[in-house]
Amino acid sequence: MIHVENLTRFYNDLCAVDQISFDIRKGEILGLLGPNGAGKTTIMRMLTGLLQPDAGSIRVKDYSIDENSLEIKKLLGYLPESAPLYHDMLVFDYLEYIANIRRIEKGNKIDRIREMADLCSLNEVMHKPIGELSKGYKQRVGLAHAMMNDPEILVLDEPTSGLDPNQIIEIRDIIKKIGKEKTIILSTHILSEAEATCDRVVIINNGRLVADDSTEVLKKLASGKYLINVSLQQADIVSVKKELGAVDGVTDISRVRVNDGSNGETVHVKLTCKPGSDLRETIYLKIKQTDWILLNFHQETRSLENIFRELTTEN
Amino acid sequence: MNQVAYIFKKEFRGYFISPIAYIVIVFFLLVTGWFYFATLFLNNQASLRDFFGMLPIIFTFVVPAVTMKLFSEEFNIGSYETLLTLPVTFLEVILGKFLAAVAFVAAMLIPTFAYPLTISFLGQLDWGPVIGGYIGAVLLGAAYSSIGLFASAMTRNQIISLVIGLVICFVLTMIDRMLFFLPKSMLGIFEYIGAGYHFQNISRGIIDSRDILYFLSVCFVGIYCTYLAMLGKR
Repeated sequence: MIHVENLTRFYNDLCAVDQISFDIRKGEILGLLGPNGAGKTTIMRMLTGLLQPDAGSIRVKDYSIDENSLEIKKLLGYLPESAPLYHDMLVFDYLEYIANIRRIEKGNKIDRIREMADLCSLNEVMHKPIGELSKGYKQRVGLAHAMMNDPEILVLDEPTSGLDPNQIIEIRDIIKKIGKEKTIILSTHILSEAEATCDRVVIINNGRLVADDSTEVLKKLASGKYLINVSLQQADIVSVKKELGAVDGVTDISRVRVNDGSNGETVHVKLTCKPGSDLRETIYLKIKQTDWILLNFHQETRSLENIFRELTTEN
Repeated sequence: MNQVAYIFKKEFRGYFISPIAYIVIVFFLLVTGWFYFATLFLNNQASLRDFFGMLPIIFTFVVPAVTMKLFSEEFNIGSYETLLTLPVTFLEVILGKFLAAVAFVAAMLIPTFAYPLTISFLGQLDWGPVIGGYIGAVLLGAAYSSIGLFASAMTRNQIISLVIGLVICFVLTMIDRMLFFLPKSMLGIFEYIGAGYHFQNISRGIIDSRDILYFLSVCFVGIYCTYLAMLGKR
């Protein structure tokens, strides 16, 4: 669907985007992750034809951004960061204006506006000037604007920044709802968001691509190992280490802490397991044979956060 | 061309939503009205020559105020990002905004029809120069609008945009009155560059293709420079 190759862009001497290549398949939700100033917005601006790349190419379907930028703009819906809109215009007037420019047929126009208002829950604010709306509503007007022509590709720059938790969930739901049929690129620095909404994640640091994989794979690959936390009552650390250390596949046991209680010691340990194995069953059976009381047993999947920090804080 | 019409409509309506438009219109009518009627009965002539004579200098101040927000505001609030990702070309955006500014200037002139009307009751008014004057006024407004548009496309600050536009328009207005500084060989060129000289020709009722061509070329240069300024933003 979208093919980006060796994309490079300078701001004066500063290299904002450095030879980035990636592909986006149809129907995918791609998360563009990176710390502030990593170049996420610059990439999006180039994708939407707002900025010109200094080198490299972008192809959307069969169109090249250099030659057919107008055709690409017809396929794209773009929501810039913090949804900059005309403050003086009424929401309805604005959506009508967008519908006109997007060449929605006269007969469909009102229906389409109504549809967008329903999807983004804008019905109560249609007659208000955009400048008077709260941030969440502005963001939704921006979303309605981006989806007006039912574009095949949606580019959303930090769609949830500055919203309260309820609004974040609402916007995320809208994105998921529309993401079933459309290709979506969204940038964010909130990692849980990328985990929750994206199929695939591209991580960018200092303008360079540092990771590009599906959310699942990234989570697994990050450290090449996975961890199990266990808390056991009426046990002592030495025998726990001995018993569980004997399980095939456990490479390390580290003591987290030991609590003294009236019912004996409570031992909290962290088991490091070999990658690719699932030892939960074996470990559970092992514990069952003893007379320890199992208080806590859970597998720790390394969250995207750890990966993100690992990849973006070196140097 | 439809896109131009939609942008034009949006910008033109936008003028009447914000109070700036009304302030500018009131300022324009007050200044022209005062300066014109203060001397009308002293001159004892049924003509609008003084009104049209002042128009270039008044437009110098008024038109950049009309155009200052056209691009600056978009840059400032960031809405140009949404605008430019819509399927419109730079030229369509520029033309839509330019025509909206010209239409606003023309709308601003409509209340001044009251001047020739009242005078026609008082004396024998020659309508030729009046009609020529209004045509010239719209052409002058268009030329200054294109300059103001260019000034607006250069900066995100509306005040700076106003000042840049004002300075350029002021030079164009005044240059043919400052000719005594210049060597004789260059007089012709600088007189031709001045907007005041061409406007005077038209407002005398002589519609010469050279004067019309002058105003159209100023519009073209202004629009082209705006286009270059937009390209530079990419």
